[in-house]
Amino acid sequence: MAILSQTEAQDILKKVLSYSTADECEADLTGSLEGNVRSARNSISTAGAVDNVSLAVTSYFGKKQGVATCNQFDEATLRRCVQRAEEIARLAPDSPEHMPLLGPQTYLASPQSYAASTAAITPDYRAQQMAASMQYCDSKKLSSAGFLNDQTGFRAKRNSKGLEAYQRTTNLDFSITVRTPDGKGSGYAATDFTDIKSFDAARLTAVAAGKASSSLGAKAIEPGKYTVILEPNALVSGSDASLLGALMRSFDARAADEGRSFLSKKGGGNRKGEKLFDERVTIYSDPTNAEVPDITFAGDGRPQQRTTWIEKGVVKNLYSTRFWAQKNGIPDLPNPGGFIMEGGTQSTADLIKGTAKGILVTRLWYIRPVDPQTLLYTGLTRDGTFYIENGAIKFPVKNFRFNESPIIMLNNLEAIGRPVRLAGNLVPPLKIRDFTFTSLSDAV
Amino acid sequence: MNRRDFVGLTGLGAGALLLPSFPSLGGILVDPARLLEPGLDVAAKKRFADVALNAAKSAGATYADVRIGRYLNQGIFTREKQVQNIASTESFGVGVRVIASGTWGFAATNDVSDKGIAKAAQQAVAIAKANAKVQKEPVQLAAQKGYGEVSWKAPIQQNAFEVPIAQKVEILLAANAAATDNGASFVNSALFQVNEQKYFASTDGSYIDQDIHRIWPTFSVTAIDRASGKFRSRQALSVPMGMGYEYLTPKATDKVAGPAGSDVIGYKNSYDILEDAARAAKQVKLKLNAKSVTPGKYDLVLDPHHLGLTIHESVGHPLELDRVLGYEANFAGTSFATMEWKAKGIPYGSKAVTIVADKLQPNSMGAVGYDDEGVKTKEWTLIDQGKLVNYEKIRDQAHIVGQKESDGCCYSQSWQDVQFQRMPNVSLRPSATKMSVDELVSKVDKGIYIAGNGSFSIDQQRYNSQFGGQVFYAIEKGKITEMLEDVAYQTNTLEFWGSCAGSCDASDYRFAGFFNDGKGQPSQSSAVSHGSATSRFNGVNVINTARKIG
Repeated sequence: MAILSQTEAQDILKKVLSYSTADECEADLTGSLEGNVRSARNSISTAGAVDNVSLAVTSYFGKKQGVATCNQFDEATLRRCVQRAEEIARLAPDSPEHMPLLGPQTYLASPQSYAASTAAITPDYRAQQMAASMQYCDSKKLSSAGFLNDQTGFRAKRNSKGLEAYQRTTNLDFSITVRTPDGKGSGYAATDFTDIKSFDAARLTAVAAGKASSSLGAKAIEPGKYTVILEPNALVSGSDASLLGALMRSFDARAADEGRSFLSKKGGGNRKGEKLFDERVTIYSDPTNAEVPDITFAGDGRPQQRTTWIEKGVVKNLYSTRFWAQKNGIPDLPNPGGFIMEGGTQSTADLIKGTAKGILVTRLWYIRPVDPQTLLYTGLTRDGTFYIENGAIKFPVKNFRFNESPIIMLNNLEAIGRPVRLAGNLVPPLKIRDFTFTSLSDAV
Repeated sequence: MNRRDFVGLTGLGAGALLLPSFPSLGGILVDPARLLEPGLDVAAKKRFADVALNAAKSAGATYADVRIGRYLNQGIFTREKQVQNIASTESFGVGVRVIASGTWGFAATNDVSDKGIAKAAQQAVAIAKANAKVQKEPVQLAAQKGYGEVSWKAPIQQNAFEVPIAQKVEILLAANAAATDNGASFVNSALFQVNEQKYFASTDGSYIDQDIHRIWPTFSVTAIDRASGKFRSRQALSVPMGMGYEYLTPKATDKVAGPAGSDVIGYKNSYDILEDAARAAKQVKLKLNAKSVTPGKYDLVLDPHHLGLTIHESVGHPLELDRVLGYEANFAGTSFATMEWKAKGIPYGSKAVTIVADKLQPNSMGAVGYDDEGVKTKEWTLIDQGKLVNYEKIRDQAHIVGQKESDGCCYSQSWQDVQFQRMPNVSLRPSATKMSVDELVSKVDKGIYIAGNGSFSIDQQRYNSQFGGQVFYAIEKGKITEMLEDVAYQTNTLEFWGSCAGSCDASDYRFAGFFNDGKGQPSQSSAVSHGSATSRFNGVNVINTARKIG
């Protein structure tokens, strides 16, 4: 039941709209099939599967709105759901931020957001991939803990003003932590795919295992300001807050206009158009990008299109609700899914070769806001941190706590590497000067 | 349904449902009246439970448990004079966990019928068997006697869902008004309410029916100086509690003053949201111009609202046995407090530090009669006068530390997630001898008093941490002198607890709590409380967090 075709989904939505007596009505149908397997100590620990489909009906009378949901789709249930949404709407107060529904929209095609190979994953496939990962670690006498999660989903939308949308997606996330038996070395690797044809858990496990082994014997060096090479896992994460993720979630126009964002301007207004970052920084979103395909419509039906957020260091756009955009006469841009940071052609190894003295940070962790005024964040290095001298890794170093702002970080840019896909984004490794480490951690 | 109840139902469209931090857990939106309707009766739950257990055994399970869960949530969100959203949700379904061929398997369904439940049980067994082919460590469950048919209900005085939504909106908007009347530029407030109706049954012979309630009123007040562009916020000093709506009826006896000169009031088992919102607005304006801290070593005096978070991160998490053993290595991390480390007898803290775990304390969010694998709950000591003596563990872990029983701290956030080891309440014992907060402060020569929990971060083995707070006051020669800003302390867990010079007595003891503690993959949320009295820590490293951006 969980994954409906476009015709099946739109047939249900048409039926829903046909029952509506409201001024306007909008219906959203979503579904997903999800499976996972988890390992620790080179053994399977837990595994599970969940399927879910649900319908949300939003009815409008003037500026009054009501929402009702259901997860069964027989005629009687659908009628009750619409009636309930209308009852709720009639009793609701006027919404001061009401916006009329959007009419028909043109959406970009992003067929690559769905792959039949990923949709066909079975419990045996998950077990086999995890087994291959665990066997690799067994053979190297290392201990691993991993997680594989796959999801096939669809989203369909239709409203009484003629808007119609449908898209299917697939995704697989795999992450693995490999530790040496004495607990003194640790490495991590993570990947995500829309199409699993090139997924190989054992190959990724070998990357994490290499980091675990080479991080043995870490030396303590003084905290302070260092030139760092931040690998993509130190910049974005699918399981934790991240420096670049935090930056891109801070482009909300309303927060900036209200004076409670780093993008707020002294005296009022926002800093759109100002150069706030190094001129080599360009970040945009594009749901049709072949490497990170995404859904081409937002939850409220606005099209997701290629949008530049930072161009050559200048803040080019802020996202907002439809209400805030109309009230202020600003571009009506929804919050994007993933983002793409432009980069060069250098690999992390190339960046290391060009570094006289510095630290390679393979991952940052437990990243939390300290001061929203400056977007200052704190967190720690984890799973492999290395000292670089004369273009080569010299020795592993103990982990550090950092206190740093992505704004300051992207002004202290030395070099940008080649972007890779991570957590639905395309992110290059970055070489940054004067990155602030404030204390040492004994954690491995 | 009538006009008065309008807000029972979300008024702002599906997009508005995507508000952060609302643990709707996959529920569907319902009329708030639905939250007061009874779920399945116990006899029907028992019958469905037997369908699951029998289907699992027939498919080859050697052990099975089933949780029939009805999870009810309501969240009310406002800003200034405006209601932003109200959502009432219900999530109902069945999760079946089995051991087959020595391996765990789990499957869940919201098709609560004989057929749907049997299918989920069979799927759980199929998953277990698929994974058994690559399994190396067969599951060993601590023996657990069946309790037969039993029940437990949280001893609340008023189910929050019985309170008309208009009344709940009114108190949030009144709190917003109290903040803006006192100079706040912006205020967001929210009221979260949860009712877990959980039925557990297992092949051990337990049939356990439980009714659990939680509530959390909260707000964030922001002050902005447009001319300088500076802004500061202060969060509510409320505490998420395992209580009903009675928490929002303030009692003078539940108010605990901070040290003289601090203008801090903490709350025990009831909360005065209007008073706190007004105070927050006054404090946040002061924060705009407060002195920026000079970095260095200070003696810290930490209030329970703040200290609860430090306990949570530096004691609660590192003593989770699954972390210790490596089961969380790929996500939350492991722990410095390994069994080998414990055997060395290295002090975890000073003699003033005795920390207990429990699932019993009245009004705490951990309180429950039985955990999510059918184990009766209890209290046990983790750290005894500075020495680590025990961990937090569940049935499939007890044998690893040579013990024969679970501690009863297994939990799942919903019927559709597999249960696993979660943090119980973890609390610092107050001083047995009389000690007031003023007396504690009077002996500090150069220190900082911190109230409220704020920014937090700790490494994956729980050594190095950094904590902020809500309000900070300088202590000089035994007295509070002025408000400070840009304060955070960095410390090492053993140094921090080793520097504990003592706590106030039980009259100052109260909870901090966390509604959404995350752990596991897929990540699950759980709620937990931490009791403590205001405590002193000597010579802690304080940093200044102010920065300049272009």
